[in-house]
Amino acid sequence: MGSITLEHVNKSFGEVEIIPDISLDIQNGEFVVFVGPSGCGKSTLLRLIAGLEDTTSGTIKLDGQDVTDAAPAKRGLAMVFQSYALYPHMSVRDNIAFPLKMAKLPQAEIDKKVDYAARTLNLGSYLDRRPRALSGGQRQRVAIGRAIVREPKAFLFDEPLSNLDAALRVNMRLEITELHQQLKTTMIYVTHDQVEAMTMADRIVVLNAGNVEQFGSPLDLYKKPANRFVAGFIGSPKMNFVDGPEATKHNAHSIGVRPEHFKLSTTEGAWRGTVKVAEQLGSDTFLHVETDGLGLFTVRTDGDQTFKHGDVVWLTPDPSRIYKFDAAGLAI
Amino acid sequence: MARRVSVQTKVGFTVLAWAVALLLFSPILWTLLTAFKTEAEAIASQPTFFPQNFTLENFSAVQDRSDYFKHAINSIIVSVGSTLLGLIIAIPAAWSMAFAPSKRTKDILMWMLSTKMMPAVGVLIPIYLIFRDLRLLDTVHGLTLIMTLINLPIIVWMLYTYFKEIPVDILEAARMDGAELWNEITHVLVPMAVPGIASTLLLNVILAWNEAFWTITLTSGRAGTLTAFISSFSSPQGLFLAKLSAASLLAIAPILLLGWFSQKQLVRGLTFGAVK
Repeated sequence: MGSITLEHVNKSFGEVEIIPDISLDIQNGEFVVFVGPSGCGKSTLLRLIAGLEDTTSGTIKLDGQDVTDAAPAKRGLAMVFQSYALYPHMSVRDNIAFPLKMAKLPQAEIDKKVDYAARTLNLGSYLDRRPRALSGGQRQRVAIGRAIVREPKAFLFDEPLSNLDAALRVNMRLEITELHQQLKTTMIYVTHDQVEAMTMADRIVVLNAGNVEQFGSPLDLYKKPANRFVAGFIGSPKMNFVDGPEATKHNAHSIGVRPEHFKLSTTEGAWRGTVKVAEQLGSDTFLHVETDGLGLFTVRTDGDQTFKHGDVVWLTPDPSRIYKFDAAGLAI
Repeated sequence: MARRVSVQTKVGFTVLAWAVALLLFSPILWTLLTAFKTEAEAIASQPTFFPQNFTLENFSAVQDRSDYFKHAINSIIVSVGSTLLGLIIAIPAAWSMAFAPSKRTKDILMWMLSTKMMPAVGVLIPIYLIFRDLRLLDTVHGLTLIMTLINLPIIVWMLYTYFKEIPVDILEAARMDGAELWNEITHVLVPMAVPGIASTLLLNVILAWNEAFWTITLTSGRAGTLTAFISSFSSPQGLFLAKLSAASLLAIAPILLLGWFSQKQLVRGLTFGAVK
């Protein structure tokens, strides 16, 4: 079991309030991603759940039990750190075995579990190496191995992939998702990368300045963003926003159109613009279009389009997919 | 681009380095040579560099007059004992200062260091009276205690500097892995800090070994260490330079050898944190 409940959790460091008031309900077996810009409090929130930071006020419950004041060691959670945080003086085997030794398991059982974890994570041939003799991806696997052997109630991941190169990151993303499907254990995953959030999560918590902006499934967040912040944060490339008279036409303070929701023409349309930069990715082409009076827009088109700097294009937003926001930035 | 250094500059610096090293080494060299001279030659108005009449009698005279081995054993007990005791107290202290600092941690560290800036003679009377009342005068454990106390600030400071270099993530990982504080310190922190702890240990053994003020003040015959042993050769019956040199040589030889064999560790210890 591994349901996690936060009730009015507040965290301040001295005068600075990092998390004003957060309540969340994470179901057993869920893969929840905390996402938000740097400094939004997502890592702090994870550390509060881990017990590495004390809450200023509020309650944290694990399976209904109040663990707010429990030491990290007593919570039965496992954490994978951004820096991997492997024990440099121990072999890979001893690193993975460490939590089991702390739990005073018999040696035979420790060996069995370490071997199983090593096989699951393809670490078999590295067991006697020290962490410094491993690559970044292998180190991350050891860190995950160390987390899974103790069969925790939940896994906490603190930006675990941000030190890896892009290709490896995609691989590890898949591996972690597969691991979740295999173990069916609750996982909380912190990242600033919204692509990671969208691809991995059952539900996403979007955080901004210590507040939960929205908590929902990736597609909910994409299709029904609660406010302008979420709309701008979820989706890649970012949503385009228009204020002023153009927004008023739609009875809104501002409107948003995703780059993939434009109809593009070279002859006619709603907004006229000039191509500044065309980024060709092969599968897609991203056009950065300077519109007349509305600012710079990003438009996603298929990869066969060959626009170049200076081309004049006409953009027409898909009327059913225009997002409207009021003066406070809330979705209408 | 690497800086080009001319041959002349290299030679110049080499000569300078040798000159400085010889200058620093000369008192030890002179002691070494004098220890093998006769008393007459040692105080001759025309000093000789090498012993003209090579003799070992100073060493046997020294051993006859005062028990070298008793003093050496006292030195070992006091220097090693006070360092170990200091480490036992300082490791938890440095842990809390490095990983759970409060607003006052820096002030406490400075205050601890400031006690080293005070001349020892300033607290001579109170310490002497306390030692007298607690019957610690001229005892090995009393001397070990005072040595622990006077070197504790340095031990805490050195360990604090080492511990600061250890990523806190790793200790937090240990906490997440179910390690209680004791296991966190013994299984993770201490093994990772072994080089630092070793340097601290070495330096403090040397400091305690060479300490003279408190040793001479607080001991007489029974608990005297090698520094007291040397000083006993310097006064009442006049100055016997050759015997004094022999005694000094015997006193510094063990620590000199220890320092020689562990110089790599020591240099690393003393420059730690200065360069990454």
